[in-house]
Amino acid sequence: MRTGRVQPWLFIGPAVGLLVFFLVYPSIYTIFLSFFYGMGESFAGWANYVHVFTDRTTLTAFRNNALWVVVFTTFTVSFGLAFAVLLDRVRYEKIIKSIIFIPMAISMVGAATIWRFIYAFRPEGSPQVGLLNAIVTGFGGQPVGWLTEAPWLNNFLLIVVGIWMWTGFCMVVLSAAYKNIPRELMEAARIDGANEWQVFGKVTLPSLKPALAVVATTMVVFVLKIFDIVFVMTDGLFGTEVLANRMYKEMFLFMDFGRASTIAVILLLLIIPVMVFNIRQFREQEMLR
Amino acid sequence: MSRKFLTVSLVVLLAMMLAACPAPTEVEVPQRSVSMAVLWAGEELEALLTTLAPFEQRTGIDVVVETVGREMPVVLLTRVLAGIPPDVAAIPNPGQMREFAEMGDLVSLNGIVDLVDHPKAFLDLATVDGHIYGLFLSADLKSLVWYSPKAFAAAGYEIPTTWDELIALSEQIVADGKTPWALGMESGGATGWVGTDWIEDIMLRTAGPELYDKWVNHEIPWTHPAVKKAWEHFGQIVLREDFVDGGTVGALTIPFSESPNALFTDPPRAYMHRQATFIQHFILEANPDLVPGEDFSFFVFPPISPEHGTPLLGAGDLISAFRDTPEVRELLNYLASAEAQGIWVGELGKLAVNRNVDPAVYPDPLTAKAAGLLAGAEVFRFDASDLMPAAVGAGTFWSGVVDYVGGTPLDTVLQTIEASAIDAYGR
Repeated sequence: MRTGRVQPWLFIGPAVGLLVFFLVYPSIYTIFLSFFYGMGESFAGWANYVHVFTDRTTLTAFRNNALWVVVFTTFTVSFGLAFAVLLDRVRYEKIIKSIIFIPMAISMVGAATIWRFIYAFRPEGSPQVGLLNAIVTGFGGQPVGWLTEAPWLNNFLLIVVGIWMWTGFCMVVLSAAYKNIPRELMEAARIDGANEWQVFGKVTLPSLKPALAVVATTMVVFVLKIFDIVFVMTDGLFGTEVLANRMYKEMFLFMDFGRASTIAVILLLLIIPVMVFNIRQFREQEMLR
Repeated sequence: MSRKFLTVSLVVLLAMMLAACPAPTEVEVPQRSVSMAVLWAGEELEALLTTLAPFEQRTGIDVVVETVGREMPVVLLTRVLAGIPPDVAAIPNPGQMREFAEMGDLVSLNGIVDLVDHPKAFLDLATVDGHIYGLFLSADLKSLVWYSPKAFAAAGYEIPTTWDELIALSEQIVADGKTPWALGMESGGATGWVGTDWIEDIMLRTAGPELYDKWVNHEIPWTHPAVKKAWEHFGQIVLREDFVDGGTVGALTIPFSESPNALFTDPPRAYMHRQATFIQHFILEANPDLVPGEDFSFFVFPPISPEHGTPLLGAGDLISAFRDTPEVRELLNYLASAEAQGIWVGELGKLAVNRNVDPAVYPDPLTAKAAGLLAGAEVFRFDASDLMPAAVGAGTFWSGVVDYVGGTPLDTVLQTIEASAIDAYGR
């Protein structure tokens, strides 16, 4: 009887212990730090939060994070969905899917470095080391400073790098879900006279809804924390700052743990609802199985 | 029985896991060694190893050099906070040295290192509350404008001796259908420092050293008319699309190390390049056939307000210690000596800080000339951004330059920097 009470704790104990030590404790400590100046020197009250919501650069970072969330998620998920559905009908599906998936295998820093070269700018008349500007000048155009065209073009071009990397991931997950839809459903719809658009809209999409929700929320959570691409390509200059890069700078460059922790807490608060939604969706999907 | 066994073994396992939790242990170091963290790589690292070789041979002390690279401030801070700093480090700038000193992490060099042959100006830069926390291995002179004497002669251009002449020459070069300035500022996470050097040099010339010092210590705000004036002078050049190779986009995206190459294309894409002594190293690396003094040379950045003359702006390589051991003391004394500095500057074309370094060590007449200028400087000031708190000096000042060149109104830029300065200095 006694062992029956102790044993579950013994099994779950290490996991709970690790979770508390590596997740709960740091989270609470971060929240604690966010109410202090600098490196925990003196109590700051809400001052760090006021700063974060009034500082010009941090406000730019908020705007850009929102831009990343909307544009990145929209494009990765819709491209992923399009590839998943369309490639199902192609003979070379596996090869094409592998090609689209390959960028996932490159490290973020590596990919960002590659794209830095693609976007590189050199003055008119000198050899263009950047692929994009080489093409533009090849057609007789003027070289463009891709990464300095604030605020929309450069941010969008950074997001393109993310989309290029993560579309493959969305495609693979959605493709697996698509292949799980019973073919009879689609066939029945076709026999009933539905055209392909109707099949897609009335059968495929509803069946994919749980998978789409999981993929989209995963992308949102991922992209809220976006750091590497911006850090390597512009370091947040030219109006491309994002929250994670700001956090890094405040913490390690400016030695301001309070502000860095504040940004971390805000990121956490932004992510929690998405995570909750994600877990609920995941559970629903599990129950359907 | 088996259940009991399972329980017991689990408890033992847990106990073992706890025991395996790493207790802070001393890293085993071989006798007589010093660890040294630097941001130098490539040729600079080799020069350091060459400099250290005689010391290691003589004393038997093994100097373990570790290259950290671009993220040096971050790595140093992390290691200091974790309680495992390197014994000795090349600190990126006096501003960060001050922050470490105030946190109580640095070893005071008073009475430990012989610095009698180091100029007071440099000792003062490394002094916090009466304690010297760093020694300068070498210096760089920043108030230099590089040009090609051959290109100037071919086009009939004269070296300008005032700011107005400098602008007039720039206009003339534009009128001749060419571009006067190579002004690439891209430098990864440090993009913008090229512009801050410009503004500092101008500030020294328009406002004078006293006001410059007040500005460094934030005794005048960034919105002060003198500060604004310096930025506007910089704007007279950098904001002119026809003055700069590649225009403002070029200024923002061309790497600083590649920028001077525009002076040596045929025909030259640009005629002038304002940069410190260390740029010679980059010029020769990209154009090994050029002869210093013949194919390229420098003139001193001209004065602007006559009453402030021609002050010189510079920077330096700073060494500090995080641990006080006999080996560290020996190493620091060596790095401060004329012997070590002579080897280091001879290898890299930097300028020695120790007065006893023989001028004959300089590898070419240009470096020797720069060393002479530095030694004879009436007014010398250290790079302001290196002295400011990192949140300003390596933060909003750099990004402010980028914003300004990118088209943000000057008042907005200065207000942003001022806001960050108020709380960075306020602590």
